[in-house]
Parts: sequence; C-alpha cells; structure tokens
Amino acid sequence: MAKRIDVSGLSAYYGSHKAIDDISMTVEPRSVTAFIGPSGCGKSTFLRTLNRMHEVTPGGRVEGKVMLDDENLYGSSVDPVAVRRTVGMVFQRPNPFPTMSIFDNVAAGLRLNGSYRKNQLAEIVERSLRGANLWNEVKDRLNKPGSGLSGGQQQRLCIARAIAVEPDVLLMDEPCSALDPISTLAIEDLISELKERFTIVIVTHNMQQAARVSDRTAFFNLAAVGQPGKLIEIDETERIFANPSVQATEDYISGRFG
Amino acid sequence: MATTTDNAPAPPVTGKRPGSTGRAGDKVFLGLSRGSGILLLVIMASIAVFLTYRASLALSRNEGNFLTTFDWNPAGDPPVFGIAVLLFGTVVSSIIAMVIAVPVAVGIALFISHYAPRRLAAPLAYVVDLLAAVPSIIYGIWGALFLVPYLEGLNLWLDDFLGWTYVFEKTQVGVARSLFTVGVLLAIMILPVVTSVSREVFRQVPRMNEEAALALGATRWEVIRLSVLPFGRSGVISASMLGLGRALGETMAVATVLSPSFVISLHLLNPGGGTFAQNIAAKFDEANELGRDALIASGLVLFVLTLLVNGAARLIIARRKEYSGANA
Repeated sequence: MAKRIDVSGLSAYYGSHKAIDDISMTVEPRSVTAFIGPSGCGKSTFLRTLNRMHEVTPGGRVEGKVMLDDENLYGSSVDPVAVRRTVGMVFQRPNPFPTMSIFDNVAAGLRLNGSYRKNQLAEIVERSLRGANLWNEVKDRLNKPGSGLSGGQQQRLCIARAIAVEPDVLLMDEPCSALDPISTLAIEDLISELKERFTIVIVTHNMQQAARVSDRTAFFNLAAVGQPGKLIEIDETERIFANPSVQATEDYISGRFG
Repeated sequence: MATTTDNAPAPPVTGKRPGSTGRAGDKVFLGLSRGSGILLLVIMASIAVFLTYRASLALSRNEGNFLTTFDWNPAGDPPVFGIAVLLFGTVVSSIIAMVIAVPVAVGIALFISHYAPRRLAAPLAYVVDLLAAVPSIIYGIWGALFLVPYLEGLNLWLDDFLGWTYVFEKTQVGVARSLFTVGVLLAIMILPVVTSVSREVFRQVPRMNEEAALALGATRWEVIRLSVLPFGRSGVISASMLGLGRALGETMAVATVLSPSFVISLHLLNPGGGTFAQNIAAKFDEANELGRDALIASGLVLFVLTLLVNGAARLIIARRKEYSGANA
C-alpha cells in the first residue's frame, strides 16, 4: 500500500529519439505530486515509465532506475505485467471497456488477478465505486454498459476500476482535460480523498489544478522542439507557485510561455 | 428567421432540409446516392420477381414434392425434382467450412494485427489479401488434383478415430470426393476473406481501449480478450457472413471436387451429395425449358437461404448494440 517512488537517472527513448533526459526525483507515499510543463516536455512519457507503459509504444525504451520502495521496476527479473498490477493508471480520455457493464468494468482488474467469490467481488466493486464517488449515481444500473455514462462519470468509473485492485501507486495522465468544470471539480475532490490511501502522480496542463490538488509539483521543460525534456525542478507546490528557484519555472507559471 | 421586418418580403420558404445549400455539387451527389440506393432495391426486387415467376412455372408441373424428393429429373415423365439433397449438401458443406475457417481466420488475423513483428505482418497481410483474389476455378483444380488425394489419409484417420460418431464413419471405399472434402476446400477458399476483414477490424481497435487493459496488468492474450475481441465481435460476424456467402454460392470448386449423387447421407466422408450452385452449373446446359425453370426454383431457395443467414447475422449484431462501443 502507498509506496515511495524513487527515480534515478531515467531517460526514455522513442526509437533513436530521446524523449526525456536523465530524470531523478522522489515521490512521497500518500501525497499528490503534479507534473506541469509545456506540451512535448515529456511529462506524460515520464509518467508512463513509472508503470512500464512507455515500452508498449513501438520503439519505446527506457534507461535508468525506478525504485518502488526497494524494488527496481526495471530489474531484469521483473515482469512488466506485474508492475502494472501494482501501479494503476487513469488516462486522458475516459476509456471504460465499451462492451462491459459498469460492474464488469470495475471487476475487470480483479478478475485478471485471481478468482473471487461472487459476494466478495460485489463487495469490492461497491467499495471501489464508493471510493470513486460514483456508487450513488450507478448503484441501480450496474448491469448497464459503462459507455452509457457521462464523460465525468466514465472517468470516475475508470478511477474505480484502477483502485479496485488496490494498487500501490495511482498515475493520472491529464485526467480532467476532456471533462467539464463540474466533473473536473468532482475528480479533484476525489483525488484529495484518494491520497489518504494511495501515492498519486498527476500530469496536468492546468496550473490552477496543480495548485489545488497537489502537495508537490515538478516542472518539466525542453530546450527546443526535438530536444529531450528535462526535469527543471521539483518542490513543495506552494514554493513552486510563490517563489520558484528557477527563472524558467516562474516564466511558465506566470504565463510568459507555454 | 426571427428577425424579418414587416416591410421586407419574407424569405422564400423552401422545403429543403437545413444544411442543404442547393448548390450544384450537393444536388448531383444527392441524386447519385439516392439513385444508386433506389437502383439497388429495384435490382433486388426484380431478381426476386424473376426467380419467383420462373420457379412457379416449374413448381406447378412438378409431380414430386419439391422439398422432400430425393431426385432431380425434370425431363422425365412425369417430371419429378426436389431440393432436399441440395439443401442438405449446401448447408452441411458450408457449416464444415465455417467451423474450420472462422477460428483459424481469427487466429491468423490476431497474429498479423497483434503478435507478429511488423516486418513479418506487412508481407503476411499482403499474401492473405492476394489469396482472397485467386479465382475459384483455380481452387477447384487444385482441390481436385491435390487436395482430394491428400485428404484420403485424413479421411481414413477420421474414420479410424472418430468413426464411432457415425458422422465420420466411412462406409464406402473410394476417393475422397465427399461433402467433407468440399467443406475443407470451401474453408480454404473463404479463409483469406474472413482473415482479411477480421484483421482490418482488429487493427481499428482504439489504442485507448487496449491501454485500458494493459494498465490493469493484462497480458497480451488478456488485452485481446478484454479489448480486441469484444470490439471486433460484430466485424468478425460480418466477415464470417461474407465467407459464408461465398461458401453457399461456390460453384466451380464444388463441381470440380464433388462426385454428385442424389442421396442424403450423414456419413460425411462418403462420396456423393450435391449443392445448389453445383447442381445448377452441372445441369443448366443440357436442361430443357422445364429443367431450367426447375433449376431456377432451386436458385430461389438459395437466394432465400442467403437472405435468412444475413438477417440472422444482423440480429446477432443488433442484439448487443448498446454494448457495441460505437459511442465510446
């Protein structure tokens, strides 16, 4: 439950193109860490290296070390599939399994991991949907398809699906960028609740969102188009927004570029 | 138009739907698409009318029962012909073809779209598409000269090990010009079409659906089971229907391989039997007026059979429409 992430010297490539260069940082358990930065700076790529989703892309390759407590995710004996079972992920666009009911969507990860008795499964599904603040809206139609929900509800369904398997870490890749303000607010409230139980990392383009939900913020930047993205600085969110130690961070936050 | 003033003439009210600007291109395109739609219906209707009319001429002079007679002798006195054998042969050989071809085709399609390294996938896909374009007479000759002798061994093997099922019991010695061989040949013939369409469907599974499964810790097979197969389900059904349509109507290959006879036997390895298309091709040339009408009557049954099969497929696809993922 809720492990610390310790990244050192991590670079990621698409074929021969280096997308991020030599990143090191620590993410504390039971906290929210936000990644901000201009488009193409590699923050999503970096996020995807944390559950070994980056290498799913053809040509995707990673160098460096990601420690989850004291296990190296890129150790030679580590199965990437097993990594993804302990590091959950929520995507930019809600992606419930379109052919599955709401119930089956939440149960999908559990069914992959092992066999559960029927009432046990129902219990975990209810707990996860409550955890995602969705239970009251869907409890009467658990057998209806998940794709019939609104965008915000679908995204919370995806969060329920991710937390049902009790991951150590929850990664969120711009989870609100396809949602309206009300749904965004619902997700942000949810993030504050979830950080009591999980280590959360969120990529966002919305700096107000980073300021609202995160404890620590990391600013990524790239020297020029085609150059690899770099971690500029990571610090307490209040410091990053009030008094960053690097000029580029201040320029970005105050809207001078990006 | 809420802003019309009193003295200005009201804009002319047209019956056009909003969005129709009345430009020439729109009109031409509307005419073309509407025209082809109507033309299609007219063609279908005229085929049905023609078949029904000619069939009724034959049926009124048939002295046997058209559905249950095991004979085809419209030139005899009295004329007697029935489709029982043809219906049985057509349906059974097509079922054998589907049972063999669809799982293999889905497997090949998944291999090309999700397992094979790119360097291998592209040429493989190309070869499959190429196979789909081979004319059926080529398959027929290849089937008669190569497949029939080689299936002899398979027939004996099936007889040895599955003979107790009755279906695979071979009671007549002789070459393997049986419904089973026809089914295998049809399976090979429809394999490329079913594979090609299925592969295209599997390729179109949205990346985000597959990533949803991956992020939950799904293995490659689990990704396919959770995302690819459910998404591709209706497409695979359509692909199978395309294949089935080809199998039901296949003429030359069947006529080359099968040794026709008007018997129904559940011993599928025995030579004999017949299909609608094969029977029409074999008898049409030397048939008299009544004979041709009788063949047309059998063609009408094939026509209806195809319609029924397609209708059933549509029902299967529509039954789970709200789960189809089209709105995801």
